[in-house]
Amino acid sequence: MLIEKPTFKAIADHALLVSFSNDFSESVHSLVVALDNSIKSNPPIGLLETVPAIVNLLITFDPLITDHIIIQKSILDNMKSMKKNKFKGTKRDVHICYEETFSKDLETISKICGLSKDEVINAHLSGSYNVLMYGFSPGYAYLSGVSDKINIPRKTSAIRDVDAGSVIIAGSQCLVTTLNMPTGWSIIGRSPTLILRNNIKKPFLFDVGDQVNFKRIDIATFEQLKKANQYV
Amino acid sequence: MYKVEFSIPFAGPLVTIQDMGRPGNMRYGVSASGPMDRVSFEAANAALGNEKNQTAIEISLGGLILQCKEGPISIAITGGNFTIEYQDQKISSWTVLTIQKGERLSIRAGDAGSWAYLAFSGKINAKNWLGSDATHSTSGFGGGFLKSGQKITIDNPSIKENRIGAILKPEFYLKGPIQAVLGPQEQHFMKPSVERFTRDIFEVSKNYDRMGMQLKGPKLELNNALSIPSEPIIRGSVQVSGDCTPTVLLADHQTTGGYPKIATVISSDIDRLSQLRAGDTFKFSLISSSQAINITRKFLYKKEKYLQKISVARGTLEQRLMSENLIGGYKYN
Repeated sequence: MLIEKPTFKAIADHALLVSFSNDFSESVHSLVVALDNSIKSNPPIGLLETVPAIVNLLITFDPLITDHIIIQKSILDNMKSMKKNKFKGTKRDVHICYEETFSKDLETISKICGLSKDEVINAHLSGSYNVLMYGFSPGYAYLSGVSDKINIPRKTSAIRDVDAGSVIIAGSQCLVTTLNMPTGWSIIGRSPTLILRNNIKKPFLFDVGDQVNFKRIDIATFEQLKKANQYV
Repeated sequence: MYKVEFSIPFAGPLVTIQDMGRPGNMRYGVSASGPMDRVSFEAANAALGNEKNQTAIEISLGGLILQCKEGPISIAITGGNFTIEYQDQKISSWTVLTIQKGERLSIRAGDAGSWAYLAFSGKINAKNWLGSDATHSTSGFGGGFLKSGQKITIDNPSIKENRIGAILKPEFYLKGPIQAVLGPQEQHFMKPSVERFTRDIFEVSKNYDRMGMQLKGPKLELNNALSIPSEPIIRGSVQVSGDCTPTVLLADHQTTGGYPKIATVISSDIDRLSQLRAGDTFKFSLISSSQAINITRKFLYKKEKYLQKISVARGTLEQRLMSENLIGGYKYN
């Protein structure tokens, strides 16, 4: 893996932003994930948390114990051994039901893209998804890898009260919502798979860098799986 | 087990259960939450001799009225300059008192401050999420919002007669411009914007909640950078939207966002900024990251000294009178 020299930016008194590029690419994101994992296995003294995003990694620290310069030095040291520790994310299955009541925008997507509904569904299922980062709200994991065939921009205004569990797409990204929230993304289906779970040991299903595979289910299976799960 | 119970005849919007928050979950889209003014929150617990992270109530400008159904219990109220009505008296918001069964306590906005804290000498029963009772206001997870008509119960209540009275205010942290470190995305701003940022006066707008404080002031123009990839955000980030309006992100901020950040308020100045209200004005000053570390270290030292000072029980009224007499008597000898 080619390791570019990252840029470091000191943030306030307790954080450092490590950026690998200004633009997203799979290889830039894999550097972010690799650095995140290398820090996890060899954390510098005074580290509080790391937040992986699309092109950069935020590192927060205790300013009573360490500072930006010491953290930057330890990150550069970490990066020397990073090549050997290439990180492979866990494969996660997410169930999805494309039943009409759950896929309110399926028809619009098919019109915009000039595809039949089945072709839209197949394009969605064929995507190879990767967890880019979390953001917006608890458990909102942004997945990259939506097929170019169904790459559509977000709506001009948000729709209110979109149900938790909705599978939504915009551009090359896809997301399974965890809360009833407004969204300007297009609703393609509904998932009974909980990303935000009532599980103390692992409250969030995905880690950044995981690979996600959507598995189609019918409404009966949806109802059955939904019953077995419960939101927090 | 003996319990204290309060009914809540009235709770304004954004009155929430808080502890020191749940840091460590930003990677999952969860900001730390916790009190908007951490100094005042810690002071309320310190004044009762509580654990540092003991769960308390954060009161917004909307105010809160409590009716004690089962008592007694000692409480501490800190933060800003709120008006407290208790037993037909008006008292300052920096105080420890004991509430008896049947008594009513009203805490509402006074002439300054946006957030007050009500701590109890006991453990509030609250819903925990990811190891913390703090309310994450956009999801409602954690202890949650207090609502008019609900009840709260407190386990293991106690009476702290030796702590009753006024609490020394933390005046060490209230003065001067709000200090911030430039960036991390200052390169996305037109050069005059950075000058305006430190030269001009900003005003707190009405768009202010636990997520962030939108400001009125000079236009901070971007150099067409609205398509930058979403980047991680921290509490204190001064994010500027496409219409050139800055927002300081606070306790319940989104963890990532695509708007550029011109500067970041240092951790020691976030709490006093949070106590400002719509219409209040202030200036920013820019400092280096190494200055920021030095200032924070000094601030944390002063804060610890202050909390230690107010956490010492001063004795009951009787004991205090006695000690004064003894000192007087000693002088006569």
